[in-house]
Amino acid sequence: MKYLAQQAINALQLGSIYALIALGYSMVYGVLTMINFAHGDVFMLGAFFCLLLIAIVPVPFWLALIVVMGATALLGTLIERFAYRPLRNAPRVSAIITALGCGLVIQNTTLGISPYARPMPHLIDNATYQFAGITVTTLQIIIIGVSVALMLVLDFLISKTSFGMAMRAIASDRATVSLLGVPANQVIAVTFALGAALGGAAGLLYGMAYPVVSAAMGITVGWKAFVAAVIGGIGNMRGAVLGAFLLGGVEVMTVAVLPSTYRDLISYSLLLLILVFKPHGLLGKSTIHKA
Amino acid sequence: MRTLPVFTAILCSGAFFLTSCQPTKPSVKIGINAELTGEMPAVGASCKQAAELFAEQANKEGGLSVGATKLPIQLSVVDNSCKADQSAAAAQRLISQDGVLVMVGPDASSCAIPAGEIAEALGCLMISPWSTNPKTTVDSTSGKTKKNVFRACFTDRFESPVLAAFATKKLNAKTAAVLYDVSSEAPTSQSALFKEAFEKAGGKVVAMETYTTGDRDFSAQLTKIRETAPDIIYLPAPYNDTPLIAAQARQLGIKAPFLGSDAWSSPDIIKLDAGKNLEGSYFCNHYSTETPNPKAKQFIADYTAKYGNAPDDVAALTYDAMTLAADSIATAGKTDRAAVRDAMASTRSFDGVTGHFVYPEGAREPAKSAVIMQIKDGGFHWVSTIEP
Repeated sequence: MKYLAQQAINALQLGSIYALIALGYSMVYGVLTMINFAHGDVFMLGAFFCLLLIAIVPVPFWLALIVVMGATALLGTLIERFAYRPLRNAPRVSAIITALGCGLVIQNTTLGISPYARPMPHLIDNATYQFAGITVTTLQIIIIGVSVALMLVLDFLISKTSFGMAMRAIASDRATVSLLGVPANQVIAVTFALGAALGGAAGLLYGMAYPVVSAAMGITVGWKAFVAAVIGGIGNMRGAVLGAFLLGGVEVMTVAVLPSTYRDLISYSLLLLILVFKPHGLLGKSTIHKA
Repeated sequence: MRTLPVFTAILCSGAFFLTSCQPTKPSVKIGINAELTGEMPAVGASCKQAAELFAEQANKEGGLSVGATKLPIQLSVVDNSCKADQSAAAAQRLISQDGVLVMVGPDASSCAIPAGEIAEALGCLMISPWSTNPKTTVDSTSGKTKKNVFRACFTDRFESPVLAAFATKKLNAKTAAVLYDVSSEAPTSQSALFKEAFEKAGGKVVAMETYTTGDRDFSAQLTKIRETAPDIIYLPAPYNDTPLIAAQARQLGIKAPFLGSDAWSSPDIIKLDAGKNLEGSYFCNHYSTETPNPKAKQFIADYTAKYGNAPDDVAALTYDAMTLAADSIATAGKTDRAAVRDAMASTRSFDGVTGHFVYPEGAREPAKSAVIMQIKDGGFHWVSTIEP
């Protein structure tokens, strides 16, 4: 029982990070019906921005988080403005290629600047707590706590504010919405910024949890979070979170009870099975978008 | 529009004419197939630097003796990004396009194996400084030893039993857990050989857990390992993954020492281990900077003077590989690939920076000693030398 509880905490940590990234994918898909393949690399830059920041001026964790989120939000807006907006009405394939290209440009620029993996400096005092035979670290508590807090803030933003309403309106019908006086471009830009900020926060938390930062770290995690977003229902925020925790849970629990060599085989088979029965994802609906 | 194709044709033929117009000075071309980017750039950097040091030293003396003349060494360095397909492409380019006489590298086994296939197919001598996987010198289809691929280091068949013996005799370990990258050739074969050797030595492997390249979260596998309470944990992971795994293990409360393969040997491993979780752990290496060997001491002094940091095992082995290549070329007396290869195959003993090599008849790898190192006080410290 203790063993499973320990694994559950591991799953929560992994799931939280996947959730923050998955939200970015779903948000962008919701308003633009395109997959932002550069998102995994924005996540990677979150960790690198943190490294840069700490190297210039050592700041406490919460300040680093705010600065990094701001920096990645700015980056997200720039990517949207210069890479995606010109292709707003282009064929779907062109937008996908642009997104992939953007991601590769970010990855390789970072690789060119920093070809070596770098250690992430300590931002918090990591204490280990033992209770009932389970070990929990301050880091795990912070990661889960910050992720959940950010998710709740986003959920509030989307469901209870007028901005959130505009986002959901654009997700339903972009063309009509601008006729009704909603500044579509601004809302889309802010959506991108929010998604990127969450990705940046995930990057910082991930860098703290796995303190070896390299230019390629966004690839695998980015894809997994994308898979999680699709499982939960792409375009659906709550779905993204659900999918992410499900993916994290399945990954950890498969290792917990079966030989670890089968982890990816079983996790992804299970998730594919979900898609077979629910093609639009767990919380997706057959109408095109629903926030 | 007829002008565009005509214009392109003129441009292309002009470029072709210009490139073929370069005056070619006679030189000995040696190719370096290194992991300059990718998972282990420190390994590629060490390889390249050691090769450049060797070339510089040789060229200062006028070059390598080939027959009656002395020809300068011209290095051709290509990056394989630590990927199998790029490594094969790099080998192809070095051998077919650049026309190298000998190829030194790749270092990582996952890259050395495909490059070895190309070298064998094209008939060019390849000396891998650091690849310990037995498969590098064996033809994958026929199972026979390759003719053209040699190495400057010992193989996992020697290394894994050395580590297992150290664990059982010196560390008194009765149980061991193993955590390795199942999608990578080197750790997978090393783990299988370690398990075999450890159990032969009387120990018991209580956990055999895996992960995939690129994974960062090992908490699930480590929690499983924690349940089995092993005496030691065998961790044949490269230098940038090991600190992560160690950190997560210590965070989960695992106190057992770690045992590593020669993949740990880059000093970057200490730089990346901010939490000092590897303190007190051991690994097997090809040489120690604390060696009393005078040839090695000279090399260490020269390398440090040129690059500012002490050479790691990859650098030392590359230097030895270059020396072996140069000696083979001198013995052959001509810039002919087959002759150079035969000269290498006829080498029986060699004294290098990393110790005394003995190449038995028909063998592609030398019998030489290994060292056990300990990570302590922010550095590598020699613990013992094991003779073949």
